[in-house]
Amino acid sequence: MATVALSSIAKSFGSTKVLGGVDLEIAEGEFLTLVGPSGCGKSTLIRIIAGLEHQDGGSVAIGGNRVDHLRPHERRVAMVFQSYALYPHMSVRANMALPLTMSRLKLWQRLPLLKLLSGQRREVMRGIGADVDAVAAQLQLDHLLDRKPSQLSGGQRQRVALGRAMVRSPDVFLMDEPLSNLDAKLRVHMRTELAELHKRLGATFVYVTHDQVEAMTMSDRVAMMDSGAILQLGTPSQLYEKPASLKVAQFIGSPAINLLPATVAAGGRLEFFGRPMALAVPAAQGQTVTLGIRSEALSLAHGETGRASFSARLRRKENLGSEYILHFDLAGHTQGVTMRATPATAAGVNESAEVMLGFDETAAHVFGADGDRIEPRGQAGAIGSVVPLRAGA
Amino acid sequence: MTLALTSPAAFAPTARRRFRIERFTGLGFALPAFILLLLTILGPLAVLLLLSVTNYEFGGVDMDWVGLANFQKALADPIIRRSLVNTLLYVAIVVPGGVFGALLIAVMVHRRSRTRSFYEVIYFLPVTSTLIAMATVWQFLLHPSLGPVNGLLKWLGFAPIAFLSEPSTALATLAVIGIWQLLGFNMILFLAGLTAIPRDLYEAADIDGCSSGIDRFLTITWPLLGPTTMFVLVTTMITAFKIFDTVAVMTRGGPVGSTEVLLYNIYLEGFQYFHTGYAAALTFIFLAFILVFSAAQTFALDKKVHY
Ligand SMILES: Nc1ncnc2c1ncn2[C@@H]1O[C@H](COP(=O)(O)OP(=O)(O)OP(=O)(O)O)[C@@H](O)[C@H]1O
Ligand SMILES: [Mg+2]
Repeated sequence: MATVALSSIAKSFGSTKVLGGVDLEIAEGEFLTLVGPSGCGKSTLIRIIAGLEHQDGGSVAIGGNRVDHLRPHERRVAMVFQSYALYPHMSVRANMALPLTMSRLKLWQRLPLLKLLSGQRREVMRGIGADVDAVAAQLQLDHLLDRKPSQLSGGQRQRVALGRAMVRSPDVFLMDEPLSNLDAKLRVHMRTELAELHKRLGATFVYVTHDQVEAMTMSDRVAMMDSGAILQLGTPSQLYEKPASLKVAQFIGSPAINLLPATVAAGGRLEFFGRPMALAVPAAQGQTVTLGIRSEALSLAHGETGRASFSARLRRKENLGSEYILHFDLAGHTQGVTMRATPATAAGVNESAEVMLGFDETAAHVFGADGDRIEPRGQAGAIGSVVPLRAGA
Repeated sequence: MTLALTSPAAFAPTARRRFRIERFTGLGFALPAFILLLLTILGPLAVLLLLSVTNYEFGGVDMDWVGLANFQKALADPIIRRSLVNTLLYVAIVVPGGVFGALLIAVMVHRRSRTRSFYEVIYFLPVTSTLIAMATVWQFLLHPSLGPVNGLLKWLGFAPIAFLSEPSTALATLAVIGIWQLLGFNMILFLAGLTAIPRDLYEAADIDGCSSGIDRFLTITWPLLGPTTMFVLVTTMITAFKIFDTVAVMTRGGPVGSTEVLLYNIYLEGFQYFHTGYAAALTFIFLAFILVFSAAQTFALDKKVHY
């Protein structure tokens, strides 16, 4: 267990700037997820924490001590790679034992022939074997210990990679998209298993993924990254309920958030599809803002007050079993909207029928022209506090 | 209609015919390759075997069946025995030198990123140049009085060495030249093997505590180079067994037979003394040696190598 503190980490590959001064404090025993689109620098950041890549600027501290000068294995971190990186020529047992043989045997005790001279080697190896067996039992790998990685299924390999990370009882687990090579069902299962493992071990987890569902379901906190900077850091519900910017709102949540334009009229009042809303924002008159409305916030409108509404035409119904996702086209807009509906509601809407959709105005997120969140007047700070972190700004 | 086709009575004869047709088609496809094999490898081998049991002399009009006399003579001949020992000695120096030297160079060159292709070309040059031409350069370099190598030795205060005309050093000198010629090719093979090792294995090893070069080499590089090493080992050994050109142009088997090797003796018997039958028997012995050694190496290593 240890804290991880990154301060103004910068990294460029040649002339490409990949990380632009990232600050991040990870608490002891926290499960923190770095999430973001492909190429935003997540892997680079986690590799810098591991010591596999060296930052151009800034520093990394683990457990309060700066580790910039330390080799990866001296940082007391373990890493699970996307490719698992299992040693193909070694049995599962040897794969899992390697970190321990490296730390518990001296160099000469590991060399061929020379190792036969060591009296204690046997003793140490027995201890290592016991530790490997204990971890293997936890991960239900006991019956696979003598196989080679090539004789394992994807999920089993994943477990071995986890086991290899666990045997050394590291302070920090670093995981770079460990589930992305698994099929959908196994991925869901492993999500639960990883979250439980985290709880059991109590170690600090830093987890990289580009799958927002993984980020939302497992983490204590999520750091949403884009273009080498952290856009927002907060709990999964903070990111979902109070996205600090348009990019965060678009990335988090499935189906993606609906975006509709509104204009600012006199007194900051918003005008939506030509009709005035109750919402008012601190913005100049005549500006165009974007309303973000989650698909579950939309419903069929029946002319209630306090709700904005607009007309849309049903394009497609998507049946998810317990619910439907309805896809609507809007007249004069290239982008449509999606709405979650119960099977009963969905049955009431006919294909290419014109309907009125409405939403509770307080459920709408307002984003300015620069993409930043605008807090409507009189309701700021309603749900938790937002920590917008804009590195380099 | 469908019923009739699937009933066993109607189906059986068709199946047999189809089987026969497939069989002939298969043989037909295999035939060209088989004929080629027959003409280029099995045929000449059969001729060799025939010649080795005769006393045929090149250019002669008749020959007699002598049975195994050629083989008996060869095994009893002190010159052949000496050349066999010399060949084995040469192989014993060239194989470890050519394999491990190349591995060392490959590991070092592999770590260079910008200068890598430069080193590749440098080390590969001896492979592309003909050894006969390079032999003259070596002869000059190693010349007892004019050569720069002896110049250096003298400057360092050592007595000059007549590398190629001293019986105790001639074979070893040829072996060094043989290694020099093999290094480049073996290095390229090892480099290909090294490139095929995924980088994240080294990163995983780094995190698992393989911090020193020795640890990384023993945990990752050496085991994963297994198939490459085996291939390099066997080909290097075969090349070393076939030592001929440096002997032919630089020492002619001398001084006092210290560099007489099998292939050079075969050449002398076959092309200088025209004892074609005897040379054929020697060739057979030579082939048997290569076969036995390659097979032994392959079987011994195959179990240990991870593919
Ligand atoms: N060794 C390298 N040399 C040059 N550029 C690199 C190198 N490694 C990464 N990059 C660049 O840095 C950027 C960030 O890469 P990184 O691997 O951190 O992305 P990522 O967020 O992990 O993406 P993904 O989700 O696809 O894994 C990318 O634009 C990539 O092209
Ligand atoms: Mg990545």
